[in-house]
Amino acid sequence: MLTLAPVCGPEAAIARANPVAKLAAVVLVTTVALVAGDWLTPLLLLAALAIALPFTGIRPGPLVRRLRWLWLAAAAVVVVNAVFAAEQTGRLLVDLGPIAISSGTLLDGTAIGLRVCVAATAGVLVFATTDPTDLADALTQQLNAPPRFTIGSLAALRLLPLLAAEWRQITTARRARGLEGGWNPLRRTRLFASTMFALLVGALRRAGRLAAAMDARGFDTEIPRTHAREQRMRPADWALIALAAVAAAAAVALSVAAGTFSL
Amino acid sequence: MIPVEFRGFAWRHAGRRAQAVTGVDLRVEPGERVLLLGPSGSGKSTLLAALAGLLTEDAGEQEGEVLLDGKPAADQRGRAGILFQDPETQLVMARAGDDVAFGLENQAVPRGDIWPRVHRALDAVGFPYGPDRDTHALSGGEQQRLALAGVLARRPELILLDEPTANLDPQGAQGIRDALRAALADTDATLIVVEHRVADILDLVDRVIALGPGGALIADGPAARVLTEHGATLAAQGVWVPGAPLPHRPAPAPGGPALRSDGLALAYPGAARPALDGVSFELRQGELLAVTGPNGSGKSTLALLAGGLAAPDAGTATVPGERRPLHRLPARRLATRVGSVFQDPEHQFVTATVRDELAFGPKQAGWAKDRIEARVAELLDRLRLAPLAEANPHTLSGGEARRLSVAGALAAAPGVLLLDEPTFGQDRRTWGELVDLTADIRDEGTALLAVTHDRDFAQALEARELVLEGGRVAEERPC
Repeated sequence: MLTLAPVCGPEAAIARANPVAKLAAVVLVTTVALVAGDWLTPLLLLAALAIALPFTGIRPGPLVRRLRWLWLAAAAVVVVNAVFAAEQTGRLLVDLGPIAISSGTLLDGTAIGLRVCVAATAGVLVFATTDPTDLADALTQQLNAPPRFTIGSLAALRLLPLLAAEWRQITTARRARGLEGGWNPLRRTRLFASTMFALLVGALRRAGRLAAAMDARGFDTEIPRTHAREQRMRPADWALIALAAVAAAAAVALSVAAGTFSL
Repeated sequence: MIPVEFRGFAWRHAGRRAQAVTGVDLRVEPGERVLLLGPSGSGKSTLLAALAGLLTEDAGEQEGEVLLDGKPAADQRGRAGILFQDPETQLVMARAGDDVAFGLENQAVPRGDIWPRVHRALDAVGFPYGPDRDTHALSGGEQQRLALAGVLARRPELILLDEPTANLDPQGAQGIRDALRAALADTDATLIVVEHRVADILDLVDRVIALGPGGALIADGPAARVLTEHGATLAAQGVWVPGAPLPHRPAPAPGGPALRSDGLALAYPGAARPALDGVSFELRQGELLAVTGPNGSGKSTLALLAGGLAAPDAGTATVPGERRPLHRLPARRLATRVGSVFQDPEHQFVTATVRDELAFGPKQAGWAKDRIEARVAELLDRLRLAPLAEANPHTLSGGEARRLSVAGALAAAPGVLLLDEPTFGQDRRTWGELVDLTADIRDEGTALLAVTHDRDFAQALEARELVLEGGRVAEERPC
């Protein structure tokens, strides 16, 4: 089943932190990684994330499963940037006629790949340790996000697994009618499109019914809502943001000291 | 408890030409418990939506007034509590307790009061789990109970129930009725219920209002009197009037073998035990086999496997004259051997008109053009779909859509027809039509298998019954 539930032990320090604090920390680290143009800064930030890992309580298995595609994408970024750089600089490492890779472009490519890695890993760490309901609560209570958006997104999220189940039902029902993609790619594509359409029609109808049920329970009237679960910024949450800031500053300072830093 | 009043009320949904209801004049006194009856299309749901304040200016055109406690209902959205049919689309949150709390947050109930009220509401409906229970892990009946708790926690002075048990199996429906009974004993709220299955709800109400097409008033008064004086009219309109006679279509002697299931078994990934664990049976021409059993006993899985729509882990389903097991057949060939009709007819519609829908299977099977035309004409006529031949299948009423999905599955003349809960949530009139349709198909020699919770249906057709329990055949008996 499609799920966005957290995959961590609920007692870990970072898992218990306020979702908005976690988001702030990620934004800090990611911004620095994306702004820095060298390879050392993102590498140091990645090391900082590795140190934070035990405090997230994420089990290694699910983490690797969630990260593998993102890391693969980052590796692809490295290759593409190294091969298709406008100008090959530094020592030539690979020369296969049209495909040439030199040390300078490889370093640049690696820097870009590492930045993607930092952003992806930090994002996964936050979403793997955060319950969507808590995130919505914190966005509403700490950042005054409108409930129409936060609660509306939660309700939509609840409907997602139903879509997966309905997709299977529609596909089965179509086989019963004599419709099947088989090996013909054209027929497969047409069938996919028409199944998608049927799914969308059903989804819109569902969304309409859900909206009516929410309205009937007094959602989105003039009355300001109260919150059944309180989300607060505790000292530990401020400390998390501070730690992220310190880590980002330290990474920049070290790479400046090493002489690699650039923008 | 508050009074409710309609004064010359009419409503036309935006984008529709006809009015859903016209000229409704009704008054319900504070604390009254009212059952609202009427054929499908009489606008009952529209009246409830109006009372719930859901008919806003941009949703359509209103005439007259709808008053809650003397003031327009549209300005008081959230004052009445309403429970709809479909449990899936009434839950907002991932955790059961949060879902009940959602309605209280909207009411600006202080945090300290929310959780005690959530717990009380969950207790009142007999919710069997704690507040942290994942709402996806609940059965339909449990979800509906949770939705009811969400309504009750807000302590509405007017409770509206729109066919609250129509989408539930008998066990789930009974659970909701028990929860309602207990909850209503605890409140003096005004109550308006829409429900076809009158007998199940009669002890909860003291007044019955019967509407005709377009919302015209047919009868109004104490339940017993209305049902005796107008029973025949109401039954003809689709209301399940208690004691009204049901049709009976005796079974002819069955013919030769039509489908054979040998040790069908299937386990879904991650499930603790197999959904189906070695089920064998034989289905013969001209007989109806009713597959029954509690929820989770493997009935729907059996229908999928016997219909060749999913591959079993072990065992086979075969029909005479076909060497390969059904799940190995290409779809277009399968449709000429076994037809399957699903619970939701709309999933099966693949074309834009009723006529094309009927021609689809035969075309796929490669029939000649005039043979297809003759077949379509015959089906249109027999299933009374001829006036709708050019209509879009998605615009049909519930009963018409059901008839079309049966006709579509029959079009390529398969020898076997599988039906998944064919009578689920239907009113009395559609139900009678389905009994007759099924009997006609059976009497022509088609073999039928119906997964059903509906005892009346199986008995009316003198079905043979295959009882499943925990994925195995528990019993095979005449019905």
